[in-house]
Amino acid sequence: MKKETARITAQECIATDIYSMTLRVSFAEEVKPGQFLSVYSADGARLLPRPISICDVDLNEGTVRLVYRIAGKGTAEFSKLAPGCAIDVLGPLGNGFPVEEFRNQRVLLVGGGIGIPPLYYTAKSLSDPVFAVGYRSETYLLPDISGQFETHVATEDGSLGTKGNVLDAIRCERIGADVIFACGPKPMLRALKEYSKEAGIRCFVSMEERMACGVGACLGCVTRTVKQDAHSFVKNARICKDGPVFDAEEVDLT
Amino acid sequence: MTGTCVNIAGVSLKNPVMTASGTFGSGMEYGEFFDLSALGAVVTKGVASVPWQGNPTPRICETASGMLNAIGLQNPGIDVFVRRDLPFLQKYDTRIIVNVCGHSVEEYLEVVERLADENVDMLEINISCPNVKEGGIAFGTDPRAIESITKAVKAKAKQPVIMKLSPNVTDIREAAKAAESGGADALSLINTLTGMKIDIERGTFALANRTGGLSGPAIRPVAVRMVYEASHAVKIPVIGMGGIASAEDALEFLMAGARAVSVGTANFHDPCISVKIADGIEKFLERKGIRDVNEIVGCAGNGGLYGTV
Repeated sequence: MKKETARITAQECIATDIYSMTLRVSFAEEVKPGQFLSVYSADGARLLPRPISICDVDLNEGTVRLVYRIAGKGTAEFSKLAPGCAIDVLGPLGNGFPVEEFRNQRVLLVGGGIGIPPLYYTAKSLSDPVFAVGYRSETYLLPDISGQFETHVATEDGSLGTKGNVLDAIRCERIGADVIFACGPKPMLRALKEYSKEAGIRCFVSMEERMACGVGACLGCVTRTVKQDAHSFVKNARICKDGPVFDAEEVDLT
Repeated sequence: MTGTCVNIAGVSLKNPVMTASGTFGSGMEYGEFFDLSALGAVVTKGVASVPWQGNPTPRICETASGMLNAIGLQNPGIDVFVRRDLPFLQKYDTRIIVNVCGHSVEEYLEVVERLADENVDMLEINISCPNVKEGGIAFGTDPRAIESITKAVKAKAKQPVIMKLSPNVTDIREAAKAAESGGADALSLINTLTGMKIDIERGTFALANRTGGLSGPAIRPVAVRMVYEASHAVKIPVIGMGGIASAEDALEFLMAGARAVSVGTANFHDPCISVKIADGIEKFLERKGIRDVNEIVGCAGNGGLYGTV
């Protein structure tokens, strides 16, 4: 693995402050669903890479697609890069979702807002996925998802699908599944952990945190764990290296 | 042939580039990117007598040309370190410097004694971490405390002792002299500068710990000045660090008076940067026709590269 300069092949604004960027990289075939990239700013004053999840992989083209939200100056800089521009990336990083283990089971993919993108490539690796996606109001990636997979939508303002959050949609539409893969804000993950306990099914959550190194060295991006972690020997696991995907039972989401 | 070998307290390093504690774990993660044998030394993440949980998150935030961190010295404790991390590092042809932390003198000594019979080249005593309430910086800002903990460590240590100094002091020369009179074999500086960032969207602190240690190129001129002052106040060698991100940056520290340098935050921007810096120093020396890196150490205060003031 090494940091490399990728070439941007496509860049598109797909919703307010939400962009889709496609990059030609050397490692497309290595990517596992749910992994992420460290993306570096060209401005030397912004030292730290931005962790961005991989939304899709095109093995024929050797490209990866990132769908990201402008959250600050770094991501704003990325959004201004046109096709043909170079951008430094490191990856693929993290563990990804356990798609092998659940390939032939009914997997409920639960995404909240900008947590939705990594679930798209994940769904493509499963035989029987069903989506429950939640947005504030404006949707994105929805044509890609609902065009290929059974999809349930919730919006906070009720403009589309169930009015409320994604868990309201799951309960309201009685979406059954063998296992849940989820990515989204922490309150959503916390609620899903509770729900999966009630429903008696396993739940895997993809987490995020402020990162520095992205490779497991600096211990900046830890999550509290329920039991002592096998690497750290304390109740902390590294989101970048041991995650970002964890069995919800193993992490303390309070 | 250009000589890149440097000697710190009787320990010979193949080149003057090492990693800064806390940015490099115990080398395992970066060992996937390059051969650690290319480094003069690996300085480990701080190790305590027992596992430390560290601070709550967020532990990290970016600032202009730098970052704040408040990890709080999370570490697996000396037992795991000796059993798992040391054997990994010992596979490489590089020097091993173990950074030692503690809440009390006793805790530091426990680690120092535990390492006495281990194959470790040097100890770096962390008396300058700004992110733990007891120990750390509490020892590092009072010259009398620095001298007494240095003495206590020296009385037990089997390896040469590097005292890592804090920049959060009025006069770094006093801290440097205190460590020297306590018997330190070398000094390393600077640790991070205490800082704070407010998240204005939430109207609260960006870090859970409220304050954090500032590192990265933003602090480099401060670090170069302090390395210059400290290295001219003591006779023992100084290891310089603080925002080094290129060979040119490293050369500034050497010319200010550092015998060796550590690369920290820059590892997060480029996992291979430390090797590139080691190579870049050698190329600079070749370009300048300088036969030995030791010739440039402290040259800035000594008439410059060409002997003119």
